[in-house]
Amino acid sequence: MTEWFKGINDALLDFYWPNAFWLDIVGMSAMMLLFIVVLLLMIAFMLLFDRKVWAAVMLRRGPNVVGPYGLLQSFADLLKFVFKEVVIPSGANKGVFLLAPLVSTTLALGAWAVVPVADRWVFADINVGVLYIFAISSLGVYGIIMGGWASNSKYPFLGSLRSAAQMVSYEVSIGFVVITVLLTAGSLNLSKIVDAQAGGMHHWYLFSHLLPMAVVFFISALAETNRPPFDLPEAESELVAGFMVEYSSTPYLLFMLSEYVAIVLMCAMMTIMFLGGWHAPIEVAPFTWVPGVLWFIIKIWVIFFLFAMVKAIVPRYRYDQLMRIGWKFFLPISMFWVVATAGYLIAFDKLPG
Amino acid sequence: MILATVAFYVFATGLIAAALLVVSARNPVHSVLYLILAFFNAAALFVLLGAEFLAMVLVVVYVGAVAVLFLFVVMMLDIDFAELRQGFMQYAPMGVIIAIVFLFELAAVGGAWVLTPAITAVENPTPAGITNTEALGHILYTKYVLVFQAAGMVLLVAMIGAIVLTLRHREGVKRQSASVQIGRKRSEAVELRKVRPGEGL
Amino acid sequence: MQFLRTIFMIDFLRGFWLGLKYLVRPKPTLNYPFEKGALSPRFRGEHALRRYANGEERCIACKLCEAICPAQAITIEAEPRDDGSRRTTRYDIDMTKCIYCGFCQEACPVDAIVEGPNFEFATESREELFYDKDKLLANGDRWEREIAKNLELDAPYR
Repeated sequence: MTEWFKGINDALLDFYWPNAFWLDIVGMSAMMLLFIVVLLLMIAFMLLFDRKVWAAVMLRRGPNVVGPYGLLQSFADLLKFVFKEVVIPSGANKGVFLLAPLVSTTLALGAWAVVPVADRWVFADINVGVLYIFAISSLGVYGIIMGGWASNSKYPFLGSLRSAAQMVSYEVSIGFVVITVLLTAGSLNLSKIVDAQAGGMHHWYLFSHLLPMAVVFFISALAETNRPPFDLPEAESELVAGFMVEYSSTPYLLFMLSEYVAIVLMCAMMTIMFLGGWHAPIEVAPFTWVPGVLWFIIKIWVIFFLFAMVKAIVPRYRYDQLMRIGWKFFLPISMFWVVATAGYLIAFDKLPG
Repeated sequence: MILATVAFYVFATGLIAAALLVVSARNPVHSVLYLILAFFNAAALFVLLGAEFLAMVLVVVYVGAVAVLFLFVVMMLDIDFAELRQGFMQYAPMGVIIAIVFLFELAAVGGAWVLTPAITAVENPTPAGITNTEALGHILYTKYVLVFQAAGMVLLVAMIGAIVLTLRHREGVKRQSASVQIGRKRSEAVELRKVRPGEGL
Repeated sequence: MQFLRTIFMIDFLRGFWLGLKYLVRPKPTLNYPFEKGALSPRFRGEHALRRYANGEERCIACKLCEAICPAQAITIEAEPRDDGSRRTTRYDIDMTKCIYCGFCQEACPVDAIVEGPNFEFATESREELFYDKDKLLANGDRWEREIAKNLELDAPYR
């Protein structure tokens, strides 16, 4: 990061992190609002990007009518969702039914509180950042279970059971992957994990003994966020739309939104844990001029491109195959790697801290 | 500091309200959802105490795993509430006794805390300069390592026991072997033969 | 060998590479409202009733099309006109029933009812799809040039 940017960065932070109590709250709220707006805008374009990549691999054009190159498609979709009627099934448990999408979205957005998008650019720089994200993403199951159960219908219920079982299973291997990263970085603080990878690409954990764990994390993230090829909860041929069958209009929009927020969160986690977060890939002049936030966003987009490509090229897994990969393949590998990493760090005296 | 006090009362009230709703909610699924809310509030109280690691672990383990299984079981059960309520008066005296014992114990704890401040003399259990997580790790993997390992063993034995109890070997079941299927090559699977008309293979 | 392929995910990487190659390939999709594909002269689209060059309508109310229509979409009523020629007083096609088989134009002895090249006649209500004689004649006037050209192009094969 260049000097001028660091100067502006510090000045901004000193202005927005003052000690005055009320200004603190107002400033923080404004910053959060700004952050969420930027995040949601980015997700709107990511949705389009996702569909475009998917279409391109299938030799289609993808959405191209609304706005130049279809750039405004997501906003058209948003308006369409918002103006539709909210249908609540008569047998549904109304309170829980409406609460479920709210829970999903709130949790998905809440996890971003600890994500450092640049040096010191984080709302809560807590010491257990990784655990916090882990905890919040494990709470994400509840939106789905509540939605499936409250719909009082069989397809949503089966979809939510599948989804919950899938998310709980893959959280285990994600947990072990996170532990290997923690061992190597020596901290649960996300900013410190990023800083442990400072100084160019060769310091990134992606290009170290953690490469297999990066792959495991990537695939587990696909399963955790119900992305294809692991989108069994919403396998159209089997369960119509999974737990979202009975949802329409804005509640459905909220579910979709939370899904994509979670996906981008997983991309951000991947960036933080394996791709050096906001640090430039090569610490020389033209690269260091780019502000850290941009590097962070670029890396997120790269990972998201992989997400989109996987959606395009891999056929959907069967449910037992999914569980087989999770429990019989990823879990032993990641468990072994935790032990191996610990051994490696001790043997070569590389323990941090 | 005033913010912390406000937060404490908010979460404490939330915790107690959620706990009351757990026992008073008519729908068992709602009960479990309130239980989750209670866990969540408890985690928030842990955060206020400065025990952020415990808070996160509480959420990950209890809310993220245990309560999910709970919810699964409760959702799948087909409970007849009327039948469930019939034995209520029968169990009421026992419940009252347990409640009284609990109340007594709580009073004892509270009284001891007020009367002898020495019990809670450890003001800040975390030594200065290291994080909560590190402090827990230091004590858990040095002083209590044997107990910790033993607890792990107990859980492992319980898990294996559960598997052994439910495992059934059925004969004559066709199973899939994914690696064999993936490992099949074209040369093994497909053979091109010349078939003359009217002869067959 | 297979083990190594699985461990290093060779199949996935090859699939990824293939996907990337397809990603940058030119797309064969037509940008529909702005680009349209070529239509065969035999294309069977929206119906039209044609006229002779002098403006006289061709249809002689023989009702062959009504008889052959497998979907029974055509309804015809006929009376002698003032000048004594036999003409239709009513010629309705229910376009919601029509299956666009083209039997009517095959059956027509005077090339009156034809299926023209127009396929963009979607409407917002069902009622608009119940075509009457006026609508069909108007279609004929509107598409006469294209229809005549198509009939001419297709004539050698009949």
